[in-house]
Parts: sequence; structure tokens; C-alpha cells
Amino acid sequence: MKELLLGNAAVARGAYEAGVRYVSSYPGTPSTEITERISGYPESEVYCEWAPNEKVAAESAIGASIAGARAMTCCKHVGLNVMADPIFTASYTGVNGGLVICVADDPGMHSSQNEQDSRHYARAAKMPALEPSDSEECLEFTKLAFDLSEQYDVPVMLRLTTRVAHSQSLAETAERLDKPLLPYEKDMRKYVMMPANAIRRHTVVEERTSRLEEAAERLSCNVIEDNHSKIGVICSGINYCYAKEAFEDGVNYLKLGLVWPVSPKLITRFASICETVYVLEELDPFIESICRSYGVSVHGKDIFPMTGEYSSAMLKERILHESADVLQPEEDLPPRPPALCPGCPHRGVFHVLKKMKLTVSGDIGCYTLGALPPLSALDTTICMGASISAAHGMAKVRGDEWKGKLVSVIGDSTFMHSGITGLSDIVYNRGANTVIILDNSTTGMTGHQDNPLTGKTIRGHATRQADLEILCKGIGIDRVTVVDPFDLNALEAALKKELTVDEPSVIIAQRPCALLKTVIHRGHCTVGDNCIRCGKCLTIGCPAISRHDGITEIDETLCNGCGLCAQVCPVNAIRKEDEQ
Amino acid sequence: MKQTNVLIVGVGGQGTLLASRVLGRAALMCGNDVKISEVHGMSQRGGSVITYVKYGSKVYSPLIDPGCADYILAFELLEAYRALPYLNASAGRIIASSQRIDPMSVITGSASYPDDIVQKIGPSRITLLNALDLAKKAGNVKSVNSVLLGAFAKHSEIPFEIWTEALSQTVPQKTKDVNLSAFMAGFMESNPIS
Repeated sequence: MKELLLGNAAVARGAYEAGVRYVSSYPGTPSTEITERISGYPESEVYCEWAPNEKVAAESAIGASIAGARAMTCCKHVGLNVMADPIFTASYTGVNGGLVICVADDPGMHSSQNEQDSRHYARAAKMPALEPSDSEECLEFTKLAFDLSEQYDVPVMLRLTTRVAHSQSLAETAERLDKPLLPYEKDMRKYVMMPANAIRRHTVVEERTSRLEEAAERLSCNVIEDNHSKIGVICSGINYCYAKEAFEDGVNYLKLGLVWPVSPKLITRFASICETVYVLEELDPFIESICRSYGVSVHGKDIFPMTGEYSSAMLKERILHESADVLQPEEDLPPRPPALCPGCPHRGVFHVLKKMKLTVSGDIGCYTLGALPPLSALDTTICMGASISAAHGMAKVRGDEWKGKLVSVIGDSTFMHSGITGLSDIVYNRGANTVIILDNSTTGMTGHQDNPLTGKTIRGHATRQADLEILCKGIGIDRVTVVDPFDLNALEAALKKELTVDEPSVIIAQRPCALLKTVIHRGHCTVGDNCIRCGKCLTIGCPAISRHDGITEIDETLCNGCGLCAQVCPVNAIRKEDEQ
Repeated sequence: MKQTNVLIVGVGGQGTLLASRVLGRAALMCGNDVKISEVHGMSQRGGSVITYVKYGSKVYSPLIDPGCADYILAFELLEAYRALPYLNASAGRIIASSQRIDPMSVITGSASYPDDIVQKIGPSRITLLNALDLAKKAGNVKSVNSVLLGAFAKHSEIPFEIWTEALSQTVPQKTKDVNLSAFMAGFMESNPIS
């Protein structure tokens, strides 16, 4: 039966049908829904979990594979960086049960801090990479990935991009394959990667790559569509859809399902039936440079951009020089970037940090939005965990000059992901930084996933909850304070105190995310007649508060009644009206 | 069936994703090929959001190019204006809620909300509804998506019964009745704001 499936849901379905038994991931847009959907399949058939980070997730999937199960880990592109260490070596050991590493890149950076092209990892780690173009292929290629993995004894990368992961299209579903655990045999020459064994495995890896390159010519996921045109396009993933929309059957296609390794025979055969060949690929000239290395002349980044997404309009314009009539607004429109939600507990923290004029080393999560006006409270955001370690480096080189003026902010899930090691560095190397852990009891930005601090597993089972205070103390932080981020005075007092002491400290700003279903909002705030129009309440950056013709209004449909605006109002003009 | 391209725009959190899923299901029930493209993650936090829904006998790309939207369903007026370049310049129609939500740059006073958006878009291209008010009357302010779908349903080739069936199957069961009356309110609105 054909179903309308999100690309990510189709990957989950494909893995399920392939008999996957183990899935471990850390959430990351645009990959999150794959593992969420897996958790919708029976527990008796698939074990799944949120791991504290991608490295742990990948290692556990490698272990499950060695133990004989079909296993998968899913991540966003920057998550692949975190798991790079284990997967480069898993490529040497190979697999027992099929092992699939699904990575979702984000061209256009809809929800990411960089625009890296993960295909380079496939080549660097010498593992084959498949790239589907719609949900049907997401499902089919996931199954193919498991088969190739076992056939060639290699982890297989399944590369998605945002538009494939987050588009819905029709896909044919089938029954689950009954895939019992494969026998496990102790084999230290394959699984113990000490130099003497690894050097032999490297030879195996190179031979395997040659066999895969040879096989790529005949794989059914690589397709030539000869439409007797002078123009040929080589494409994969979403760009095949853009090309079909732009050219229909007016050009020849080489659609690569396997994007690494690429068969030289297939490329030269396709080039021989075309006069001009274009390579259509977002981000880096990956396939383009492979074509050139095979001596095939192609157009690519000479006419297409290295940054952002392609579109069928772009292909039409740059290859056929055709464009549609387009209406334009008469003026520059005010942009609408994302903002912290009304009632967001992070707002209190950033209001205080801004007021105290601190240098703030930030991290990855909803709270990255604290960088935007009017809060404008963040100085840096690099990657998961960097808030703490980067601040350590800053403090060491700036010494007394920055003493008492520097703070790190990191979310609870991000702290468990990769903040603990940075904090340990500060303690071990005699730093005296202050770190604020924004504990909102969830992984917010990716849509509320549980983590080791929430006390629940992905399937909602109760589990032992890590204790942040004891954890910090165990690392060697003697000064741990817990405050409510909506108590602005208490928060400011805690910060002032901790910033002056000559030892490392942690402030846990604890209040659940305003969007959690378990958080009940009562009432909303209103502005009274004694408003002096000072605009102070507008500086907290709450989307529910606006000013029209000098009069401040609070939109009751947006307001969650957190009362932060009432705290900053100098004349008590804002009141919270409790609903009956 | 001829391909129809519908862009759904609004502000993160307004329920645009649900509207696209109802429309996608209705189009599917008519035997169409359907593609929907959504945006998740950061922009969901109060930013501009765009969802693309395309249906017809064969749909290749899930995205709609500038100048190619047959319809734009807009949950917010500034977002309707921002989406104007997507509209088919000669035959496209915008169905918009008159709701205004100030972006942060307007709240802080560094930018102003454009005046006379309907005039600038061209009154002949736009059907404007007080969708928020109709949703409130239907029983839930969050049913704006069903009001807009109701207003769009009048223009679409999808039969009425299919719409109500798709809506009933997609929305949470406990909100089914509210959403159906909101849909009817949008469908019946005979005197849209001009």
C-alpha cells in the first residue's frame, strides 16, 4: 500500500522492514523524526534510545552490529563530526549485522550552525554512501543500505538533506523482514584495532572500495535515462526532483543513488551520449571533482553556487535561461527571525546577563536565540559543549582583565551531551569560571526529546534520573546553586556572588520549557492605565508584547502569564490576571 | 488532474503544519500524487514559516518556485506580503487571515509594520478573512487553520465531502467538532473583508 510519508518516517519504515533491531541516536534537526518514528514500532521488535551524544549512539550501534543485529544510528551533519572517531575505525572492522549511519545535511542552514557536506566523510572513512531523492527512495535505499552493509562488510552511510528528510511523498510499504541475530564469533584480527590488525584491515578496506566502485556500474540505484538530448545532467537526492521539474524528459539523466564510490565506467558511458554534461549538487563540487578526476569534462560550480539550496527555478534559469514572472513587495519587509517563546525560562537569564553586561560564551539550543535583539546577550556559539571549554580558553588568556565578567550558558541536554568534559577541564586545570546550566527539563529546540536528566526513556519508561548537582560536585565543583530563572533578583544576586569567588562554580537555572505539555499556564498579563510608556517591557524580547501608537499591549492569545514583564516594569503597571 | 501548487505561510506556532497535512490528505484521497515540504526546528520558534503542498497526476519537486503558486494561504498579513513573489503573477490567489503579529524588529522599534498591505498586494488577488474571529466563534482560537482551509476549499476542485473527511481524519479527535465548524465558517464566509 502507498502511504504519504515524511522522508524521515520512510527511513524509519525502511529500517523497520529491513529487520533493524537496534537504533540509538541523539536528536538533531533535520534527522530527529527518524528515531522518534522508530519508537512507534513494537518494543519486542526494535530496541531504540536517545543516547547522551552521537559518539555514544554510534558506538552502541557498532556494538549491536558486532553482536549480530541490524543496527542504525541517525544524526544531523554536525552530529556526524561528533561520531567521526568510532565510524572511521568501524569502517576498518566492518560489521556483523548490517550497520547504517544515517546523516541529514542542512543546505540553506534552516536549523544549523554550518553547512558542511557530509559526503566527504563517506570518502574519508571509506564507507559507501546512498542518497535518496524522495520518501519512496528513503524507504528502499535504507533497505538497500542494510543489504550492502552485510554484503560488503562495511558500515553504509545514508545521506539525506533537509528537503528530503522533511518532505512528504508517497511510498510503498511492506512487511518486516524476519532477521534473526547473526552468530557472533570472537575474531580479534577483525575487531581488535591494534596496529598489527588495523594495518591488515586497511588493505581489506582498499580492496573493498575497489569492489564497490566496480559494482557501482551495475547497481540498480544508479540509473541512466537516455532521452536523446544533447544535454546531460548528473544528479542525486533532491536535485533529481528539481531537475525533473525543470526539464522533464528534455535532457538525459544520470541519477546516482550511490554517491560514493562513483563508477568511472558509468560516468564515461553517460558522458559519451551527451554533448554537454552538468553536475547538479548542492554545497561542494563532490561528484564534479570525481568526474574531472576520471577525465570527463563537466559544468558545475562554474555556473552554480557553493552555498545554499538549489531549486528548479535556478536550474531553468542557469541552463535554459528561462524565468517566470515574479511580483515583488514595494518595500523592504521587516524580517521575522525565530525568537524565544512567550513564557520561555531562558528569557530571564538573558535579561540579567545583558543587564550585567557580561561576556557570554553560548551553546547550541533554543537559547542560541538569546543572541538576537533586543536581548543581544550572547558573544559566541560554536558547537555543542563549546560554551564551557571556549570560556576556559578565554579566561586563561584574559586573566584578571575578564575576571568576574565572563560566563558560560549551556542547556541541560547539551551539558549531558558534551558539557561535562569541558567542566572537568576547568576544575582540573585550576580555572575559576562560572557556568549557568539552563535546565528546562527537556531537549527543546528539536521538539522535546527526553535525555538522561528527564527520568524518562524515548518510549516513556521511567528510568534513573541523573542528578545535576551531584554530578557537578563529583567533578569537583564545590559551589553549585539552584535558582528559578523567573526570579530575576535571586538570579542576579547568585551571579554577582559566584563571579567574585576564586573557584569554579555552577548555577543551575531550573524551570521547565514553556511548551512542555506538563507545564500548565495560568492567566495572562495586562497593561494598566498607569503605564508610563518607558518601553522597558519591550527590552525583554517577548513576542506577546508590542506597542502601537505609543500604547503597550500584551496579546492574550500569545501570553503565557510568566510575569517577567511585570518584574521589569518600574511602575508596576503590568499585572497578571489569573484565570478562574 | 492539473497540478495545483499551494503555499502555506505564517508564523511558527500558528498551526501551518496541520493545515498542510489536511490538504495533503484531501488531495491524496482524490487520487493525486502529492508532495509536501515542511520546515522543522529553529524557525518553528516564532519565525516565518513556509509549507509547500503540491498535487496533480505527477509531482516531481516538493518545492514551489517563485511565480508558481496557484494559491497562498496566509495565517498572517505580513507573511502574506512576504510570500508575494511565490504567487503566480497572472492567475494566483492569496487567501489571508487579517491577523497581524509584530516581528521582534517592529516590537523593538527598529522597523515598522508595512501599511496598506492589501492595497499593495492588489485587492483583486487577495481574499481577506478575519480568521481569528471566526475561529474564536467556532470555539477555539487555534482553529484558524481550519477556517483558512474552508475558505480555500471554495476555490479548489476537491469535493466538499473529501475535505470534511480529510479534516476529521487529521485533527486530534477531541478537536474534530471545533475544527469542522471552523472549516464551515471559512467555507461559508460570504462577506470577506475587502
